[in-house]
Amino acid sequence: MMAPTQVDGPVRAVHPPVEGGFSLRQYPAFWRMASLALFFLAWEIAGRVPISYAFPTFSATFAAFLSMLFDGSLFAAYGETLQPLIIGIAISGVIGIVLGIVMGLSRSAEWLVAPLFIVLQAAPMAALIPLITFVYGIGLVAKTLAVIMLALPVIVLNGYKAVRNANPSLVAMCRSFQGTKLQQIAKIIIPDASPVIFAGLRLGLAAGFIGVILAELLITPTGIGDLITYHRSVANYAEMYAAVVSIILVSTLTLAALEAFEMRVLRPEKRRG
Amino acid sequence: MTIPAAVQTLHPTSETVVEVRGICKKYSEVEALRLIDLDFPRGKLTTLLGPSGCGKTTLLKIIAGLIQATSGEVRVNGRTVTGPGPERAFVFQDFALMPWATVMRNVAFGLELQGMAKAERQSIARNYIAEVGLTGFEDKYPHELSGGMRQRVGLARAFAVNAEVLLLDEPFSAVDEQNRRKFQEDLLRLVDKERKTFIFVTHSIEEAVYVSDRIVLLSRRPGRVSQIIEPKIDRTASPDAIRRDQGYLDTVEEIWQGLKHYVD
Repeated sequence: MMAPTQVDGPVRAVHPPVEGGFSLRQYPAFWRMASLALFFLAWEIAGRVPISYAFPTFSATFAAFLSMLFDGSLFAAYGETLQPLIIGIAISGVIGIVLGIVMGLSRSAEWLVAPLFIVLQAAPMAALIPLITFVYGIGLVAKTLAVIMLALPVIVLNGYKAVRNANPSLVAMCRSFQGTKLQQIAKIIIPDASPVIFAGLRLGLAAGFIGVILAELLITPTGIGDLITYHRSVANYAEMYAAVVSIILVSTLTLAALEAFEMRVLRPEKRRG
Repeated sequence: MTIPAAVQTLHPTSETVVEVRGICKKYSEVEALRLIDLDFPRGKLTTLLGPSGCGKTTLLKIIAGLIQATSGEVRVNGRTVTGPGPERAFVFQDFALMPWATVMRNVAFGLELQGMAKAERQSIARNYIAEVGLTGFEDKYPHELSGGMRQRVGLARAFAVNAEVLLLDEPFSAVDEQNRRKFQEDLLRLVDKERKTFIFVTHSIEEAVYVSDRIVLLSRRPGRVSQIIEPKIDRTASPDAIRRDQGYLDTVEEIWQGLKHYVD
């Protein structure tokens, strides 16, 4: 598929091929492609055996994927699915990072808020989603809430741990040069915590994908959840698998994009060497 | 006058920058420092030397205002220390460089915190980057530098804020031996050039004798001042001559005899 070329294509293209001693070791993109190709080959064989009537081959799934892409049904589905996901992640991101930083800086905020999120993180969220429908119905609010419930705890807890574990030596350095408390937070603690905060955001986004799909499967079938449910009910297994693979693909690419953004914007020192 | 001679020696002269008076430090049940009284003369390099756990770094951080003493007080230019101040700058054992910032930003960071304009602080920083021999590395990040170079950044940062007193906490302990020697020589040159007061913590006897005007020996926990030594070494000689100088070797031996009984 297109994932490896999108992730590595532009970067790899810059490197000229090494003359003489050509070694595949220098092309990690090749190995990633090979790994995917092997997986798809195994899938194709398993589909042809077939291991189950309901298990389509890779080629049939790929064909179904292309047809859903061109008839627009995939785009329409993502238009619906991404709505609660984006709203939910935006809300969780802002609240989660702010709350995490406040908890990391203040013991009383930690005591007040941390237990709630530790319990929420440990709770099996799928069991709570039916409860949301009782209160908030089956609309956008309920689905957005499902995303928030899954994404927020991990974002909050990562932010809080990152800030609490900010390098004490750097904090002392800032104090020794008479940095104010505000400078300490803005110039030392938050930059020092940002890799872990971002890791929390990535985990939160991954959890948000789980949340939105759970909501679409458990609350009302809409968007990509509707595609999966519908094609399963009419035994279009290739289409069903294509929908499932597409959400994996979208989720992977989004996470890779977030990581690339972090590298570019927040960690200038990681771009070299 | 009416002041007894013994007390008079404890009183500050204009040449005393930092006065330590009756400093005690207890960490819950552990007594780290007991009744430390010390004067640090202006323009001199004084070393705090002692066995590990004698509280020498604790004393340095109390002088820096980074740690509160349990009792007693520290005065800098006659004023009691309540926290970090602009007349003192600290060099950290683990360098304490911001990994996300370039050498330039790290060196200028003390000035950045003071709110100095970017162009101005960068021109000062550039001067001290050159002073510690890092010209050409302004745009590098700390992880691209060796340990010795990182500590040079830490030193340049402390110089850049133009504090009177520089506090160095085992600055060379994370630097390899060859670089450490070169660094010690550079430090002596900077001590001579900058005319500042240096308070230096180390556990290396040779290092202390090589760089110091005065060496304060601290005893094992609870840390107390056990001896003050002023090495009589001709500092105009070349670094290699100093290391072979009889006065240097005798002082190292004298300190070792004093410290030997603390070693298990």
